[in-house]
Amino acid sequence: MATTVGTRPLTKTGIGGGPKSRGPNGNSSPKRNGHDRAFPDLNSAANRYRIGMWVGLASILMLFTALSSAYIVRAASANDWQPLTMPRILLLSTTLILISSGTLEAARRKLKDASSNAHGRWLLVTVALGIGFLTSQLLAWRHLVRQGIYVASNPHSSFFYLLTAAHGVHLLGGLAALAYLLLRTRAPQGDPLAVAKSQAGADAVTLYWHFMDFLWLYLFVLLFFVR
Amino acid sequence: MSGETHEAVHRHEAPTSFIRKYIFSLDHKVIGIQYIVLALVAVLVGMTMSLLMRMNLSWPLTHWPILGTLFPTGAPGGIMNPDFYLSLVTMHGTIMVFFVLTTAPQGGFGNYFLPIQIGAEDMAFPFLNMMSFWVTLVGFIVLLAAIFVEGNTTIANSALGVALGGASGATVGPIGGWTGYAPLSAVGMAAGPGEGAGMNLWIVSIAIFCVGSLLGALNFITTLLNMRTRGMSLMRMPLTCWAWFTTAVLALLSFPVLLAGGILLLLDRTVGTSFFIPGGLVFGSSVLTTHTGGSPILWQHLFWFFGHPEVYIAILPGMGATSHILSTFARKPVFGYRAMVFAIFAIGLLGFFVWGHHMFISGMSPYSAMTFSILTLSIGVPSAVKTFNWLGTLWGAKIRFTTPMLFAIGFVSLFVAGGITGLVLGQTSLDLPVHDTYFVLAHFHLVMGVASIFGMFAAIYFWFPKMFGRFMNDRLGKLHFWITFVGVYCIFVPMHTMGMVGMPRRYAQFTEYRWLDTLHPLVVFVSIAAIVTVLTQLLFYFNLVWSVFRGKKAGTNPWEATTLEWTTASPPPHDNFAGVLPVVYRGPYEFAVPGAANDFVMQTEPDAESPVTEGVGGNGHNGRH
Repeated sequence: MATTVGTRPLTKTGIGGGPKSRGPNGNSSPKRNGHDRAFPDLNSAANRYRIGMWVGLASILMLFTALSSAYIVRAASANDWQPLTMPRILLLSTTLILISSGTLEAARRKLKDASSNAHGRWLLVTVALGIGFLTSQLLAWRHLVRQGIYVASNPHSSFFYLLTAAHGVHLLGGLAALAYLLLRTRAPQGDPLAVAKSQAGADAVTLYWHFMDFLWLYLFVLLFFVR
Repeated sequence: MSGETHEAVHRHEAPTSFIRKYIFSLDHKVIGIQYIVLALVAVLVGMTMSLLMRMNLSWPLTHWPILGTLFPTGAPGGIMNPDFYLSLVTMHGTIMVFFVLTTAPQGGFGNYFLPIQIGAEDMAFPFLNMMSFWVTLVGFIVLLAAIFVEGNTTIANSALGVALGGASGATVGPIGGWTGYAPLSAVGMAAGPGEGAGMNLWIVSIAIFCVGSLLGALNFITTLLNMRTRGMSLMRMPLTCWAWFTTAVLALLSFPVLLAGGILLLLDRTVGTSFFIPGGLVFGSSVLTTHTGGSPILWQHLFWFFGHPEVYIAILPGMGATSHILSTFARKPVFGYRAMVFAIFAIGLLGFFVWGHHMFISGMSPYSAMTFSILTLSIGVPSAVKTFNWLGTLWGAKIRFTTPMLFAIGFVSLFVAGGITGLVLGQTSLDLPVHDTYFVLAHFHLVMGVASIFGMFAAIYFWFPKMFGRFMNDRLGKLHFWITFVGVYCIFVPMHTMGMVGMPRRYAQFTEYRWLDTLHPLVVFVSIAAIVTVLTQLLFYFNLVWSVFRGKKAGTNPWEATTLEWTTASPPPHDNFAGVLPVVYRGPYEFAVPGAANDFVMQTEPDAESPVTEGVGGNGHNGRH
């Protein structure tokens, strides 16, 4: 018992502090308290892509929350607000991105079925739809420009250009991620870690794409149907 | 000592080339040191600026030949003009808040020690980690560039300077304070000196910094959630990890808002939108007709929604390090570990709902001011929990007064001294008279600036042996502590008095304000204290560099501490644990365990083999109390 205890011995403190009285089995054995599975395991190594994506989406959500609160405040306080008439081509954009979510989901499920060919094909369709969406957005911009409506013309147009551009930049990132998935389809799939990573990567990208889809729907409604 | 182990997968081999090893490194330890070096450089710039400001305040209209040579238009004849002073305020604040108080505690120490303390080989996304540092560095370079394009007529009037927005050359950078309030910051050159190219670069720099911080925060959160080693349950993590985690969550949710505000501000300045600029602003004899309808208060809301969590981003890691170090050198468990965790969370959570207390005089409704006030004061509760738990940790302890311990105790002192005035400023009726005076300045410098820095000093003296395998010089360290500790109180306590007398912030000089003349001896005293304190920091820099090469050698666990970083070599190998991940059996602060062989029990120490029965101490002994 030769200890260099500097204080009165502590009988019991909370978790993380001093010693705790343990149950009959010694409840601090790693089996009871830690990760019960083998470590480091494949799921854990691959899971970080999914976790990272959720975390990243939280910050993107905050960016657009900030922009939309600015939109709401600016719209409520202004007497210079001139509502735009909706460029009808935005309906096409909306349709394209809605479909693309479905095709990407199909691609993700095909990866699980290990029929890599179908996976790649659905990915290509999604990429095409994504490019189609961005083109349609650009056409909407051109439509406004032809009417002489620019970024600084009035607060509504400022926000329209800003929000569509911010969303478009994020969607470009999504396209880059799709390209990455397409490249991965060529990689050999023997290694179980690689398979787990492919699946996690596809899950993460799909999640991101769905988020971009819902984000566009939200922005579309905010810009043209809320007043 | 290290218990049951098992083979881990070698995910990455140590790089061999110099560039991959020290420059574009993926190793969280190298990136952490890079962040710390960035902060050490930035803090020198920031401190120099504060000295220049103090000189101008205490000896106004004095002729400083060197200033006249360096900044012929900003300090003609060596006499600093007010614009020059205001840009010093701006750059000092921006550099200190973003590139010192946000980089060193989180990017520096967090990067280095979070993975080791949870038993991981590296961060979850090493490449993103590397990017976060390099993006941050670019942000710093852009901010420094603002000095040259805004403060130098040659560059400002060159093609590049004009393309960036032109400048008057009368300053050393943009003017706007670190808060960059619109509409001053939004209307461009019409608003006067310091609002040209430099302000554009200031906004761009902050935006870049946001991106870098977001990458870092993403990495911290994922790493902590995903990569804890076997047995490292959440409630067995050191409090440092909880602090870094909460800080990362704050950064993740607040920096995007600043980014959004920055984008809007830049659009106002460059493409002529009117998000923040109201119509009919008058500058001199001209009326601004190009903008209508914007709301300057909107900028304040966006900025402070970020700005208040930013305060906790600066100080939470210091709180974590302080808890950790107090426990280690008091040789006692942290008092109330669970309460400490909840207090960290509570501070972080409440930090998102109090931004309005920065805007009490913005004309907000008294009802919302009252709401913000009540929420602000309620932060006092978790803060007091932390303070009393620190005192509880020290209570009755046989304290080892090492240099890191001195700084940790200094942190507690400064946190209380600076925090207590927060209770004054958090109440609308008391805030109104002292708003925008030296009282506010003293408050936030003590609690957010100096206390956080003391946390980092404690951290560097504590972890230096782990990072470089050598101790920092103890005698120099103690000298550094005592002069700095007395020095910062000499600087900031008198400022409370100045504030209560009514001395306003951000004034270049007070020569025209005769009723403040009586305060002048105090102003001079503060300046002398500041000069002494700043010069003392050179001692610290010397100690740092000298100890890297000549310090006394340190072993694996020189402080007899319990957490995982002390189970591996000093400095740790490339994958932290030489291919064998540790297994954790117990909480992080098992000091003075009754019946244990030593007065500390490492987290990796397994339980006794014999089955433990009810009512018997954790180590198989009857606890002799």
